[in-house]
Amino acid sequence: MKARTSWDVVCTVDDLVPESGVAVWTEDGPVAVFYLPHRLPALFAVSHTDPFTGKNVLARGITGDLKGQPVVASPLYKQHFNLQTGQCLEDEEVAVKTYPVLLDGNNVRVEIPATNKESAVA
Amino acid sequence: MSKKTLIVIGNGMVGHHFLEQLVETPAAADFDIKVFGEEKLLAYDRVHLSEYFGGSTHADLAMGTADWYAENHIDLRLGEQVTGIDRANQTITTPMGDYAYDELVLATGSYPFVPPIKGNEHPHCLVYRTLEDLDSIRASADGVKTGVVVGGGLLGLEAANALKSLGLDAHVVEFAPRLMPVQLDSDGGALLKHKIEELGVQVHTEKATTEIVEGEEARLRMNFSDDTHLETDLIVFSAGIRPQDALARSSELAMGERGGIVINDQCTTSDPHIHAIGECALWSEKIFGLVAPGYTMARTLASVLNGDTEAAFTGADMSTKLKLLGVDVGSIGDAHAQTPGARNIRFNDEQAGHYRRMVISEDGKTLLGAILVGDNSHYDTLLQYALNGIELPENPETLILPESQGGAPALGPDALPETASICSCHNVSKGDICGVIDAGCTDLAGVKAETKASTGCGGCAALLKNVVDSELEKRGVEVSKDICEHFPYSRQDLFNIVKVNGIRTFRTLIRDHGKGHGCDICKPAVASILATCWNEHILATDHVPLQDTNDTFMANMQKNGTYSIVPRVPGGEITPDKLIVLGEVAKEYNLYTKITGGQRVDLFGATLSELPEIWEKLIAAGFETGHAYGKSLRTVKSCVGSTWCRYGVQDSVGMAIFLENRYKGLRSPHKLKMAVSGCTRECAEAQSKDIGVIATENGWNLYVCGNGGMRPRHADLFATDLSDEELISAIDRVLMFYVRTADRLQRTSVWMENLEGGLEYLKQVVLEDSLGIGEELEKHMADLVDTYQCEWKTAVEDPEKRKRFREFVNAPSKKDPVQQWTTERDQRRPLLEEEPA
Repeated sequence: MKARTSWDVVCTVDDLVPESGVAVWTEDGPVAVFYLPHRLPALFAVSHTDPFTGKNVLARGITGDLKGQPVVASPLYKQHFNLQTGQCLEDEEVAVKTYPVLLDGNNVRVEIPATNKESAVA
Repeated sequence: MSKKTLIVIGNGMVGHHFLEQLVETPAAADFDIKVFGEEKLLAYDRVHLSEYFGGSTHADLAMGTADWYAENHIDLRLGEQVTGIDRANQTITTPMGDYAYDELVLATGSYPFVPPIKGNEHPHCLVYRTLEDLDSIRASADGVKTGVVVGGGLLGLEAANALKSLGLDAHVVEFAPRLMPVQLDSDGGALLKHKIEELGVQVHTEKATTEIVEGEEARLRMNFSDDTHLETDLIVFSAGIRPQDALARSSELAMGERGGIVINDQCTTSDPHIHAIGECALWSEKIFGLVAPGYTMARTLASVLNGDTEAAFTGADMSTKLKLLGVDVGSIGDAHAQTPGARNIRFNDEQAGHYRRMVISEDGKTLLGAILVGDNSHYDTLLQYALNGIELPENPETLILPESQGGAPALGPDALPETASICSCHNVSKGDICGVIDAGCTDLAGVKAETKASTGCGGCAALLKNVVDSELEKRGVEVSKDICEHFPYSRQDLFNIVKVNGIRTFRTLIRDHGKGHGCDICKPAVASILATCWNEHILATDHVPLQDTNDTFMANMQKNGTYSIVPRVPGGEITPDKLIVLGEVAKEYNLYTKITGGQRVDLFGATLSELPEIWEKLIAAGFETGHAYGKSLRTVKSCVGSTWCRYGVQDSVGMAIFLENRYKGLRSPHKLKMAVSGCTRECAEAQSKDIGVIATENGWNLYVCGNGGMRPRHADLFATDLSDEELISAIDRVLMFYVRTADRLQRTSVWMENLEGGLEYLKQVVLEDSLGIGEELEKHMADLVDTYQCEWKTAVEDPEKRKRFREFVNAPSKKDPVQQWTTERDQRRPLLEEEPA
């Protein structure tokens, strides 16, 4: 089968909150979309699931920058995750999944990998 | 090799401490340990015995737990009294049988001395030593008016405090011409007497009781040798202690002339397999009636049994610092100037009620001893001079003069020698601290974890921080007070910048005064400062991204990502109708329901999208947000007060509701708790709160900067017999001064401990307006009170704000799939990770 990805529309610009995140539901599960207007590009998408607890909360964390990297702090136990790479700053063995994200007119699109898309159909 | 048997007789504070020390050593593996205690209760803290009447239970006062004994394989036999020791066969006898020992430790403590006064066997003549004694005192005090303590020493005054807290008119009868004759001189004793009498305890010195007979107006009458008398309903003897040495005596161990089991420097008795520690032991002709020397003996003996041949008990410093009935008393070293040639410097401020005396050596170079009454703020510095023989400054009197008269600041950490004891609870010296810093510790938390310093009573916290900061600086480690990498300022600096420059958004602040874009440390801190200064809604667009998730969604996130809801119930007073609404809402949304420690109801398990719906219903029923999610006022707990209670003297519920409504919504460096009690029985536990109010016949007593929780701190008595207006004015000022000057996440208790000048300074600022900012503080508070809004009400009425509560912005009906639930005790709760789905 041919590998195929799709750029799914997950929300519009009006749904975004500057300097913060919102959660969206995708065919790959829950994803957190962050909007940091001071950065270029300003959109980041990572898995909404906190890898330390398995709970869907990351969009509700505080964003910011640490040593120049854009980060979100988990609202549960406050570990920081790099929004570009998904890497956890406190534990090098832990990372969250990241997704390509772009703005298309008023629509925010997140790229969902095909393999996951198929397995997620349930 | 088979294990040897170690038997410990006595399960008091010292016996327990010995076991704690021993199990930390390799030797613990060599012994089967058995412990026999005469009392049926696990070792408990006798130093804080009077708190039992303040609501503490045995569990609060207990030193360890039965689990701890089990985990360490110690066979604990409480209530089994040892009746004999057979030294030849190395066995002990109890009513249950004989037990063999290889090593025997006597930690039998002491018993209260009851003077041989005729009539002292009366059933309402009691002693003050054990929790059982306290139960007897409580029973005896029920429904009567007056109680007398015989003995004006340290324990006697504690006992008087206990009687007072039972609501009795308390008297202290002392044989000597002054209170605390061992620790204080006549001026100090006189001031203490004056202060204690102001607090409502009558003091009778130079009274020798000749007999106790039936009273006319009360149960008993005490006749004194000067032909006067005193009527009372009960008498508590607290006239000193005697070593509990009967077992040792009957087994013919070497004893002191006036009792006490003779021990050598290794805490071993005249029998090499029998050891004694604590108040039953006589070392160098001395019995030590304080807990610290007992602990030192316990540590020594644990080392000796672990094979340390160097370990030795070499005496103990008997310096004491305490608060008796709320009055500071300190006594250091040779307080009575018994060293030949010793000279005195005295400072006596009758106006302020402060007395300080230094005893210095003939050459004026070293401090031999000191006495402090009314204010212990000089104690730590003086103790370091005395203990370490640090050379006194040229004008030693500056050490005890008030700062306004050229008094010296506290002794800098650099002046302390390596041997200086910083934490006496865990025996940590300055050298130990330098050691762990050299080994790689670079912050205060690390030093605390490595050395345990300041994790006991916590009294050395400020000193420890100074030493650690100074040592780190010396090693070139920059001790940064910066809040985080984005702002080179402390919270207090930021507060001033925001206030002075009229800054209203985080963006402006970080652009003009910081760098980068902020983080989860500085953003909530600045949000709190902005709220205190301008009181805009926390969900205003500019402030939303600054808040912790709890503030953003105005609920408390729980471990499974759902939220709990705590509506405000001012003073804990709630109508049946409102209670029914809470029940109905909880039922509708299947919320786990629990009563909080602060007299409110907590509803758990709401999802993000349910929050606004639930609040709509709560607001319609008249509820407001309870700010359980915020660094702000939680609850003002109250007892039922004079409206219902037979003992209440003021309307504590009314005052609690007033205070809660006044300060609700105030954003502060950390959460705030308050309580109001309607009488000195203190059922609302106000003395464990940031702001505690206790009713008196004449008004209100105000306590400040107490804390329960992780590191409990007894609140300090701040002002007495205040009118309603005076009370509000004082609380306004204390709170606003705290909000302006505290560090991020610093509770009032730690703020107070780090406040230069401490309680006295705060009193000057608030009560005497020494900085001239009193009115401004009150005006600032009034502005905040006037601009209060219920955040939830504003939020549910605003469709834009409600948008934030969508679980998934593109799928309104989608439920979070990871939530899994089960039912326990008829309520829904999250399924735990280890439980099968």
